[in-house]
Amino acid sequence: MSNAFLYALVGTGLLSLGLYALIVRAHLLRKILAINVMGSGVFLVLVSLATRTADGTTDAVPQAMVITGIVVAISATALALALMLSLAAATGSAELPEEDDS
Amino acid sequence: MEALTVLLWMFDAVLAILLLWLAWRALTCPDHFEAIVLFIAFGLLMALSWVRLDAPDVALAEAAIGAGLTGVLLLGALVGLRSREFGDGMARGGQRTERHPTYPRLLVVIILLAVFAGLALVILTFSARADGLGPAVAANLAASGVANPVTAVLLNFRGYDTLLEMVVLLTAVLGIWSLRLEPFSSQITRGPVLDSLSRFLVPMMILVAAYLLWVGSHASGGAFQSGSVLGAAGVLLLLAGWRLRVGLASAPLRIVLVAGPGAFLVLALFTLLVQGRLLEYPEEHAGSLILVIETIATVSIGATLAALYLGGRPAEDEEPR
Repeated sequence: MSNAFLYALVGTGLLSLGLYALIVRAHLLRKILAINVMGSGVFLVLVSLATRTADGTTDAVPQAMVITGIVVAISATALALALMLSLAAATGSAELPEEDDS
Repeated sequence: MEALTVLLWMFDAVLAILLLWLAWRALTCPDHFEAIVLFIAFGLLMALSWVRLDAPDVALAEAAIGAGLTGVLLLGALVGLRSREFGDGMARGGQRTERHPTYPRLLVVIILLAVFAGLALVILTFSARADGLGPAVAANLAASGVANPVTAVLLNFRGYDTLLEMVVLLTAVLGIWSLRLEPFSSQITRGPVLDSLSRFLVPMMILVAAYLLWVGSHASGGAFQSGSVLGAAGVLLLLAGWRLRVGLASAPLRIVLVAGPGAFLVLALFTLLVQGRLLEYPEEHAGSLILVIETIATVSIGATLAALYLGGRPAEDEEPR
């Protein structure tokens, strides 16, 4: 399949966008979203590069790994959201505290 | 034929632009609610991309888990956040002006452009043909007990991945329960529409889950897709105001949560002792063993995902409804 590289490049783009938001946004909800977008980017690279087979069928091993990855991502997201809610309950804000030296 | 190819290329290009644009908007727009809705749309377009990449199993998992359940989790967390955050931002849902970082944002952009360029260059140097493990999977598919290569990899060739994944799910629930948050409470408004919709949809969803589980042996589907549909049914029931009866909230719920990883561990030990290898099924029983383990895993995954949504340990001394 010739669109493998297009989707792989989109995957890298998503990874970079997610990393940018992870660094720049202070709110934890956006950081969690950013990590999810980064994960989607990695999955896209994995599966799109697995379509470069001779008969055009996508390699099953990366597909299975991505399905595993999606489930692990939702587990991590649920735990992160619960941690964010506890932080908000304890401090009244879901943003990371300012560093002392700034 | 030529026209179709051009059309598909245009579709791919539009999808690529939309994916990047939605991700960008979801991460940068000021309103959290808008961001979550954009993220759900992003997940659905990801599912479309998986179909274009000839990976329908991943598409099913993405649509059910990546877009659906993650979106519901995020929306639930946003509601919880609005009731917990205080200060000047409270009235608008924690939407106070976000702090700006003290370092130059331009520096971050330049570094990340370099990261993107580096990764893109590496990817473009890959050869246009690579068979990967496809031939190895195809050669051993007959011995795996199922006809769908993805299910064969998930439940047989790399069964230990799935075993550990079940443990990850359980660990997430344990982590959330240990935070002692209030479970998603009865603050929801119950109405006749939601009530009758849930009565109509939940049996259908259970049917769809059973179908996905069964069809997973020879076509797209399987334990994870099926379990996430079950989990979605559980979330719908919770939203409609249904609660577990007190007697079921403690021991039976825990048994169901542990059943998936537990059954996998028993099978792993059994195969280790009998076959001498971890999760190496006897060839003549592989198909039925996979079906049994998938069924238990499906119910367990469904319960785990609903428990993740509930967000806290269900009360054991609450009045039954």
